[in-house]
Amino acid sequence: MTDATTPTPKRASLLAVDERTRKRNAAEARFKIYGIVAICVGVLSLVVLLAAILSNGIPAFQRTVVQVPVTVTQEQYDAAESTLFKTKEYEGLFVAALSAELTSAGIEADISSGALERLVGKVGNNLRQFYTANEVQLGQEVLFEVPAASRIDRYFKGTLAVENITADNRFIQPQDLDVAEAMKDAGLMATVFDWNFITGVDTGVDNPGGAGIGASVLGSLLMMFVVLFLALPIGVAASIYLEEFAPKNRLTDFIEVNISNLAAVPSIVFGILGLAVFIQYMHLPQSAPLVGGFVLTLMTLPTIIISTRASLKSVPPSIRDAALGVGASKMQAVFHHVLPLAAPGILTGTIIGLAQALGETAPLLLIGMVGFVARYPETFLGGLEGPNSALPAQIYNWVSRSDAVFTEKAWGGIIILLIFLLTMNIIAILLRRRFERRW
Amino acid sequence: MYDDTRLTEGDVASMNTKISAKGVDVFYGDNHAIKDVNVEIKDKTVTAFIGPSGCGKSTFLRCINRMNDTIDVCRVTGDIRLDGEDINDKRVDPVQLRARVGMVFQKPNPFPKSIYDNIAYGPRIHGLARNKAELDEIVEKSLRRGAIWDEVKDRLNAPGTGLSGGQQQRLCIARAVATQPEVLLMDEPCSALDPIATGQVEELIDELRQSYSVVIVTHSMQQAARVSQKTAFFHLGNLVEYGDTGDIFTKPEDPRTEAYITGRIG
Repeated sequence: MTDATTPTPKRASLLAVDERTRKRNAAEARFKIYGIVAICVGVLSLVVLLAAILSNGIPAFQRTVVQVPVTVTQEQYDAAESTLFKTKEYEGLFVAALSAELTSAGIEADISSGALERLVGKVGNNLRQFYTANEVQLGQEVLFEVPAASRIDRYFKGTLAVENITADNRFIQPQDLDVAEAMKDAGLMATVFDWNFITGVDTGVDNPGGAGIGASVLGSLLMMFVVLFLALPIGVAASIYLEEFAPKNRLTDFIEVNISNLAAVPSIVFGILGLAVFIQYMHLPQSAPLVGGFVLTLMTLPTIIISTRASLKSVPPSIRDAALGVGASKMQAVFHHVLPLAAPGILTGTIIGLAQALGETAPLLLIGMVGFVARYPETFLGGLEGPNSALPAQIYNWVSRSDAVFTEKAWGGIIILLIFLLTMNIIAILLRRRFERRW
Repeated sequence: MYDDTRLTEGDVASMNTKISAKGVDVFYGDNHAIKDVNVEIKDKTVTAFIGPSGCGKSTFLRCINRMNDTIDVCRVTGDIRLDGEDINDKRVDPVQLRARVGMVFQKPNPFPKSIYDNIAYGPRIHGLARNKAELDEIVEKSLRRGAIWDEVKDRLNAPGTGLSGGQQQRLCIARAVATQPEVLLMDEPCSALDPIATGQVEELIDELRQSYSVVIVTHSMQQAARVSQKTAFFHLGNLVEYGDTGDIFTKPEDPRTEAYITGRIG
């Protein structure tokens, strides 16, 4: 009971902030500062990461080339083709053209066979291949673009210092760099975009500059193809059954818990499982994108199942009631109404699962997808079965090689990997935006 | 006490029993939600189920088209017959039953599709139309039945979710009648609507009585009095009293009914 005679307590002025409020406000301000600091740390590390990747990786997309106009006549071609050491003859023709250019540019240089090799490597075969394929070009001037030797390339990219070149170095000599500088000034040498890095295949230590990531991109795409066509139908079917049809009992609870656990299993465990089951027991080919796809499917399934179940759950039950109420069967209700509404969520989950699988390296190491792949597969099926590498495995492989050019290529490979991941995430976001429904 | 209450004048038009329930019990797990309910619902009549929240009136309504099948823990015993056929018989497919016993839900729940597709969905899955022209005809007839044709005839391809709440509910009623049911179950169809939309839906329910047996669950006693010819009062899972609406509201036999309609319990 309220006592009418109780005097109302004296109220402090609203204009003055009391002790409690002041403390609360201070706590709130502190929390905001923590938040801002946390965000700053996050953004800063992202900036540092991106800057490091871009500054190290961009040179991988550029390449120093020697551009020399060469004219080979029909007689010279016939003469070269009739000798035993054909490429040697073509090299002579190239040297002749190059020294003519050097003389007209006023550069004095020794381009004996040793010096030429230090400058551009072996070029005879390039010429021969071109002319045997394009005989019509005989007698006409053709601008040949020959990749410069990797040391020259590194010198122009600033990763090779003159002081570090010893006199007995058989790959490069200090005077070669002077010649290269002069050639660059004369327009005989240029830095161009290196398409070969994107389309090419892996190379050995004799030609690190020519290594490309194309074959391993193809390997990754083949694996994603396998993952998409296995994990999406299996995952979606499993989640629809679990979410819409399965009775809720101990067994389904147990399955649910285990699916969540599977999502947290380290990927290398899936790798060793793939090795034991697919390769050692089922005798599927080693290093094949097919097996890689199987392993990554196992790894992606829990992600897809969890996200699909979440998006099925988010469809309001009133839609199911409405469908059942007009006499739709359970399956019609799910496939005509629930699934279309859950589709954007399912697709987003699938793409995120695929992106995870694309960046996965550990399981691929165990099934041998880190090999040296110097050829594109000839057919689609051959590509699935034949040995191949994958983007992250190729990057890992390059980093472990000694030549600094390969390290640069690895950074370049990371940029390509990130572009793929970014594209997939953007597609996921766009899908979500595009199909978001109101009800 | 209810001066604004207008009792429906019309007598029960038909004395044919459409649905008969005998000894119906419903259990949610261990919870005994419906206790031994016996009721005979007449054809071409509006029957109202009234009672306080949680008394089991919606649960009983959902037994009539076996919507409770979708709830795992729910168990129904007893005998419910539609035109003398046991609806819980093993041979009965609930899908066929639900085509004959349509349902309108508490919250308007149109499919997130076009108005046309909302109506056409039921006839399509039950194969009621042989061609597009027949389907168009069914859609138009149903929308007219739902008293919403004039409002939507120019925008049949607009999404059903874009309509106002009252329009959505009438669309849902039109969707329910599109499968040519014999019974329409309505679970508090007006609880999410404003008074004007409620008035429109109530008018519609009175018209629907010409063709269907309508069972409506409602919280509003005025609504029960306005639209129904028969009223059943549920309390704590028991069917306390069932009779002509006029009798229930003017001379209830059971003290609990009287207490509820005069506002003392509920």
